Parts: sequence; structure tokens; C-alpha cells
Amino acid sequence: MTVMKRLLLALLLLPPLAAAQPWITIASTTSTEQSGLFRAILPKFTAATGIEARVVALGTGQALDVGRRGDADVVFVHDRAAERKFVEEGFGVERIEVMYNDFVIVGPAADPAGARGRDVAQALVRIAQAGAPFVSRGDRSGTHAAELRFWAAAGIDAPQGDWYREAGAGMGPTLNVTAGMNAYTLTDRGTWLSFRNRAELVVLVEGDERLFNQYGVMLVNPQRHPHVKQAAGQAFIDWIVSPQGQAAIAAYRIDGHQLFFPNAAR
Amino acid sequence: MPEFPQDLWRIVALSLEVSLAATLIACALGLPLGALVAVGRFPGRRGVIIVLNALLGLPSVVVGLAVYLLLSRAGPLGELGILFTPAAIVIAQTLLVLPIVAALARQIVEDAWTDYREQLTSLGVSRARAVPTLLRDTRYSLLTVVLAGFGRAASEVGAVMIVGGNIDGVTRVMTTAIALETSKGDLPLALWLGAVLIGTVLAVNTAAYAIREWSLKRHG
Amino acid sequence: MAEAEMFPLRARGVSVSLGGHRALDDVSLEIGARARTAVLGANGAGKSVLLRVLHGLIAPDAGSVAWGESGRRPAQAMVFQRPVLLRRPALANIEYALAVNGVRGDERRDRALEAIGRVGLSHLAGRQARVLSGGEQQRLALARAWALRPQILFLDEPTASLDPNAAAEIERLIGGIHAAGTAIVFATHHLGLARRLADEVVFLEQGRVAERTETDRFFSSPASAEAQRYLQGELP
Repeated sequence: MTVMKRLLLALLLLPPLAAAQPWITIASTTSTEQSGLFRAILPKFTAATGIEARVVALGTGQALDVGRRGDADVVFVHDRAAERKFVEEGFGVERIEVMYNDFVIVGPAADPAGARGRDVAQALVRIAQAGAPFVSRGDRSGTHAAELRFWAAAGIDAPQGDWYREAGAGMGPTLNVTAGMNAYTLTDRGTWLSFRNRAELVVLVEGDERLFNQYGVMLVNPQRHPHVKQAAGQAFIDWIVSPQGQAAIAAYRIDGHQLFFPNAAR
Repeated sequence: MPEFPQDLWRIVALSLEVSLAATLIACALGLPLGALVAVGRFPGRRGVIIVLNALLGLPSVVVGLAVYLLLSRAGPLGELGILFTPAAIVIAQTLLVLPIVAALARQIVEDAWTDYREQLTSLGVSRARAVPTLLRDTRYSLLTVVLAGFGRAASEVGAVMIVGGNIDGVTRVMTTAIALETSKGDLPLALWLGAVLIGTVLAVNTAAYAIREWSLKRHG
Repeated sequence: MAEAEMFPLRARGVSVSLGGHRALDDVSLEIGARARTAVLGANGAGKSVLLRVLHGLIAPDAGSVAWGESGRRPAQAMVFQRPVLLRRPALANIEYALAVNGVRGDERRDRALEAIGRVGLSHLAGRQARVLSGGEQQRLALARAWALRPQILFLDEPTASLDPNAAAEIERLIGGIHAAGTAIVFATHHLGLARRLADEVVFLEQGRVAERTETDRFFSSPASAEAQRYLQGELP
């Protein structure tokens, strides 16, 4: 039995568990985590409040599910329709807009479909007409939802055919697949800028207003999940929409490019 | 060589810590379990052996999902609040390592039981008493089992990603860091991290092997 | 428990089949307290199986093995041709056997030391058992069996894998154990061992008791034709 006791002790001594600092869990998206935004701004939040922020990076759909199950205190994602539903169902307290970034369509530098330009709908129509390979996230993420909206705007309700492939994966793995197939895909700019394995891919479509991608933050409803760290979670929301938080977002750059544009109402 | 994350040592340390903890717990449960099945006589023993062997191929994502649903706030053990912590990783890894340890220990102890059975029975040793005796006498063979378990724990990614959440500085281990760098398209860094992981596992194996050789020379 | 109540050991109509082969066929015999019995016979005649049935390691398919009037088993032990020693020091091997049989504390240590001294291995008490020579391992196995203070000791080819010196030492030790009051039943191919050590011989032929005779008479004028051929060296 002493062996088991020692084991239990060793478990308890795992450093992160022994941390005395209060902490919250944020369910967010791969785009914010992998672009490096959180690494840049969260230390500032911790310095200001003494609260550690732990980010679980998932697709928007999964992140909302984690919030629904009560496994996070705050959800920070980008799919306006799904976020509103989340609040309406009583899982989130209130949806607050924080910032936006933009999507781009990347594809082969040679651009065999002739998709290059500003108009996202027109680009998608040309890709479909050319039957040029297009890789979809296919994972219920915010980016996936946005992609389906753009197809609808292009008048193509459910893209089908050999040329349309669903990766069923996060943005990074999807970009790896796209690079491997030399295909087209829709990506958020942040992940693209921090993505290293680009092969022959370049940005072909950008700047269309429809490509703007709004992020919202929500406190998981403590009435639904009483263990939610309401005060600490609210402190994060208050900070991220405060002038300090908004400035921290604006200050984050990769290779001189600003990735996220703060636009909180307060 | 690419630029390693500054807290690489911490990621390596956490990997070692959770993997060793999971291996220890799995061995504390799995070695006696395997030995009991090896020498025991009970109805359904054959079925237990088949199940144990089949569980060797347990898909880690399934284990991850099950542990996630178990530890989720909405799940039966949600009260513990240990989802997305190292403890959750240890639990998932333990469940993955346990069948390996139990199934392989069962085989080794059963072989030893064939050799020892008459002698031990003659001395008046009961089957229950034979379990610790056989475990002790096969300890050098069982070391390989322990190392196989550790290898599975350390190389595990699917379940660890789901129940740990790959939280920077909290639950990011070698494998999930590699997965992250891969999805960022930084394949060289991912490969280098893979080399560090292999090196770490190799170091643990080398140490264990050296101890085994030394003891074998002494104990015969 | 008095010896008289647990002896003689009676086997009645014992048959054993192993893997479809009839290893013992309707064997009946008696072994008294302080007996010295050699079990002889060709390879495959059933010597080892008989010892195991008498010791209780193999249950007979038919017939019975019973101890004396009371039916209580006396303290007993068995030494195998190739002893299985545990991966621990020599003395600890003896202590283990004593611990299993409920001997505790100082008594356990004292009895283990006494036993290892009796086989002349005191100087190797702390040595790992698995690194001892073949002869030393067999002596340790004898010490382990003797430490249990058996009233009857079974030995299956105790000298078969030993060189002549080691075999002579084992023979001397077995004789000493019997002299101290323990019945011994041993299977062997060494006719000299049987002649010197046994009072009576049980000769097995294909799982049956071909004859059971006093040792001197067995070697001078065996009753069965099989035993005659065996002694003339025509059987393996």
C-alpha cells in the first residue's frame, strides 16, 4: 500500500496541480492559439489580474461543446450564428464582440482556376467550374461554417465532386493537406501567417468585406454550471474588451502584419 | 536546427512525469492482475485472456473520449474538476498502459508457472501466494513489460490531446507539442521535437537495461 | 500427530492417464513409517508419476491414496531432478519455504541456518541460489526440503544430473536424513544408489508394479522377468 500512497503523493506534486495561482479555462479556437495571439496577450492579462488563463484550442463547434458541458469558464470563438444559439439556449451569459480577423483563400501560385481577385463568391464559382481541388476543413469549426456561407453566397449550396475534399481536421493540418495536394482552401490569415509548410501556396483572394471574421467571447452560464469561476472568468472578459486588452490585441504582429483588429463596443 | 520552445525542458519533464506516473499505477494494478489470471482458476478465465489481448489494440482516441466524458463536468466524475489537468492525462495513459502490462505479464508469469508449479505446490504454496513469488522471480522479464508500457504512455497523443487539452504550460507534453508544430506547418521543429522524445525514451530504456544487466549478473 | 496414525501410506488401485497415455495402471502399494524405498524401472515406466501421485501433485484418475488410520497427511517434501530455486539468496530460499509453512521470526531463521549447515553450504548462505553449481543447488534443495521436517521425503532422480562427487555427497545427505527418522521414497536409474540406500525396491513396468522386493533379494534374484532383463542391462 505504501507504493500506492507514494504514487498518489507524486500525482499531487505534479507542478501544475500544486499551483496556488487562481486560473480559468478558456475554450477557444486553433486560429487564436496557433497564430500565437494568446502567447502574446495572456501574460499581460495574468500580470494585470493575477489570474492564469489556460487555453484549450479546438474548432469553434467543439469549443462551444466544451462550454455546454461546463468544462470551460469562458468560450472565445468565431461563429456568430452558433454563438447566438449558445447564448439563447442558456449556456452562455452574454455574447460580447472582441475583435475580427479576416479569411483569405490560398491556392497554387499558378492559379489554374483563375480565382485570384477580391470577390470571394466569384473566386469560388471559378474554382468549382474548373473543378480545381479544394480542401474544406469539414470539422464544424467557425472557419468551416464561414466557408459554407461563402459557397452559399456563390450560389453553390452543397459543393460536391472529386475536386471537393473534406479534411476533417484543424486549420493547420488542413493547410498541410492543401500544400500536399497543391489545392485551394479557405484559411484565417493568422494561421496562414504563422504556417511554415506553404510549399507553392500563395494568398489569392483577400479584402472582400464578407471575409471579415468576428470573434466573440462568452462567460459560461454559472446558473447552468455552478462551478464556473464567474468572477475570474468575468475578469478576463472585462480585460479583453478594456483599452489595455484591445491594445494588446492590436499590438500583436507576425512579420509586421497585424493579425487581429480589436473592435469591442465598450 | 530550428528554434526550440523556451520551455522545452518543462514539456519534457511533464511528459516524463505523467508517463512514469501512469506506468507506475498501471504496473501496480496490471502486474498482479496479469499474474492472477496466469495462475488463477476461475470461470471465464479464457475469456478474460482474450479480452486482455484484444485490449492491446485499444484505440487511444476511444480511451480519450471515454475519459473525457467521465471527467467532464457533465459526466459522473465531473465533481473532481480534473479535466484538462495532468491528472486527467495520467488517468487516460493508465487505461492505455494497463492492458499492455496485464496481458504481457500474464504471458510471462504463466510460462514461469509452468516451470515452478510442481516445486511451489510441493512446498505448500497456494496459488494466491504464488502470485507475488512469481512476479518477483520474473522481475527481469517484467522490466521489458514495464518499458513497453512506458513507451506507449510516452508516445500517446490522441487521448492526451482530448483529456489534457494541450494547454500551454499546463498539459502540453512532447507528443501534443509535436502535433501542434505539425499543424502549424513547422515540420522541421516537429521532427526535432520527435527526436527529443525518442531520445528521452531511449535514455529511460538504456538506464533500465543497464540496471537489468547489472542485477542479472549478480542474481543469476 | 503420531506416526502410527499417518502411516502406512496406502495406494490402492491407482491409475493415471497423462495425455492419453496410461502412466500408472492399477498400482497398489504400502509405504511404512521410516521406510527406505527405491522405485526402479525403465524410462517411461511411471516412476516419476508414482512419486507425484503419492506426494499429492497429481490426482489419480482411479483408485486412492490414503495416509494411515487418520487420513491426515504427514509433513512431507519432494526433491526434483532439477530443483527450482527462487531468484534470491540461498538461505532466503529455505526461509521462503518455512514462511509458506507458517514458521515465523527467529525460529524461521534458526531452522534455515541449521538446514543449510547440515548440507554444508553455510558459507554460501548469502550467495544467489541461481549462481550455485549443480551439486550445490541440489544440496540446497535437500536443505530446503529437510528444513520442513518432513516425515516422508520423495526424491525424483536426485543424483541424475550430477557428477560422481556431487552425487556421492547427495547420497550421504539422504542417508543422514533417513537416519534422523524420515521415510524416503526415491526414483532412480543409479542401481548402486538403490542398493546402498534402499531397504526395498518397487519395480515398475509400463505403469504396473512388476514386483516389490527386499533390496538384497531384488538384486540377487529378482522375481519378475522384466526385472531380470532390466538388471542385465537390456532395458534402457
